[in-house]
Amino acid sequence: MASSTPETVAPQSHGLDIERIRNAFPTLSRMIGDEPLVYLDSGASAQRVLASIEAVDRYERRHHANVHRGSHTLSGEATDAYEGARATVADHLGARDRREIVFVRNATEAINLVARAWGGANVGAGDRIVLTEMEHHSNIVPWQQLAAASGAAIDWVGVDDRGELIREELEAALAREPKLVAVTHISNVLGTLNPIAEIASMAHDAGALILVDGAQAMPKTAIDVAELDVDFYAVTGHKAYGPTGIGALWTRLELLRAMPPFLGGGSMIRKVTTEGFTSADPPAKFEAGTPAIAQAIGLAAATRWLDMVGMDSVLAHEREIAAYSLERLAEVPGLRVFGPPASPDRVGPVSFEVDGIHPHDVAEILDRHGVAVRAGHHCAQPLMQRLGIAATARASFGVYTTTGEIDRFIDAIGDAKRVFGV
Amino acid sequence: MDELYRDQILEHYKRPHHFGRLDDYDLDFEDTNPFCGDEQHVFIKLDDDGRVSEVSFEGQGCAISTAATSLLTDELTGMTREELLRLPKETVLELLGIEISATRMKCAMLGLKVIKSASLGEPADWEDEGEEGDPAEAGVV
Repeated sequence: MASSTPETVAPQSHGLDIERIRNAFPTLSRMIGDEPLVYLDSGASAQRVLASIEAVDRYERRHHANVHRGSHTLSGEATDAYEGARATVADHLGARDRREIVFVRNATEAINLVARAWGGANVGAGDRIVLTEMEHHSNIVPWQQLAAASGAAIDWVGVDDRGELIREELEAALAREPKLVAVTHISNVLGTLNPIAEIASMAHDAGALILVDGAQAMPKTAIDVAELDVDFYAVTGHKAYGPTGIGALWTRLELLRAMPPFLGGGSMIRKVTTEGFTSADPPAKFEAGTPAIAQAIGLAAATRWLDMVGMDSVLAHEREIAAYSLERLAEVPGLRVFGPPASPDRVGPVSFEVDGIHPHDVAEILDRHGVAVRAGHHCAQPLMQRLGIAATARASFGVYTTTGEIDRFIDAIGDAKRVFGV
Repeated sequence: MDELYRDQILEHYKRPHHFGRLDDYDLDFEDTNPFCGDEQHVFIKLDDDGRVSEVSFEGQGCAISTAATSLLTDELTGMTREELLRLPKETVLELLGIEISATRMKCAMLGLKVIKSASLGEPADWEDEGEEGDPAEAGVV
């Protein structure tokens, strides 16, 4: 189900100064053996932007202390920086209020938080949850755990041969009045950009809430949770040029207030007695223990850098690189690409298989040429099953990826074919 | 000639020995390489003395895992279950005759792990050596 965005991909319309962008990423100057690194694994973890590295470094060198605790200068500075990071991420995602951002470790933890806290309180025996075949394990397993604990059932929306969600199956699942639809914004295997606003509207019409896994989307497209009209949105820092160990969950404040807490401990309480505890207000209610302060600051710096580049330009670049990759891969005999053909709703990653060469061996030979791709099931085994394969090789792009790098990637595939005699 | 993908490795990958399913078997086990989703299923037939008389495997895997298991199946006839359980990892590495990097060690050892698990009738206790997270590598950065 493709959304109705304009049909043409305007090349070079975004005006990214690619050289200047690449200079903002120290890792990109690495050599792998004798070859300059071609990093096509940003979908697993994007390279770190200097502005974020430096923000973390400044904080660690000058301002570190625990947040919300000490009545001293450093603790005040750390708290300001941490809460400022929350406001930055809230702005970037289009939240009305910074308190709608809960910092977590990653998108996986954000989804687990919703499954345990919201799901535990709102989903019971006989209730239904809708998932899609293109979900990452992080948007499957927490719901399977919830279903096992609550007696709820899961309905699956299939993926068609183009690599898009099957609208009729979504409609059929919604007709069974589910409590929640959990769907990815961009498939981490197929590069499908799902029409989230449309799915959200359909879910709400059926009385369901909608959770969106935005792990792949955050570095690629502008996100406005109000415009999308979703209920839960999960992101992670390290796929958006920020550090590992930090992610965020956006949810409406009224939902956060109604949800029971997730993990228990310091910070998340209003009062503790020997009889029990009362919870703090959100977002503290969901942030037990000392948070990843430096990482939150690093995520905010990466987010500001993305905003400075401009998400419209970032998306235009992503579409252009995806389209160029698809064009070049189509020239390789015996190579099959998974996912939709080039269109405005087709971004990276680009997953593929080469006849007679296992994806792991493709990745091994590409690495010899300095080209980093991922091989495997990409934490999407139900999708692999749907595609009838065990694994793919996957090239995923970043704001720094160039067409010249795609050319080197294609040449390296040629070498893999030579080694294997196919 | 390619150092890793030698002719012998590619030959076993393209035409693995003992590939397929035994109709009649005494031991079998299926396992996956969780890193890449590769699967191998091993079937073993024992004779009256409890020694391997026939062996086969099926599944999908990369050149390294497929060649390693193919090479290994050539060596198992006549072995007892106890001997299978005692097979050292070095046997696989010697059969492959190539340098296996830490990241490919899981591929190389998948077949041995499945064969040991089949002998035990349960997943073999397994720790891959020299793979990711080796403490000796901790100082690399």
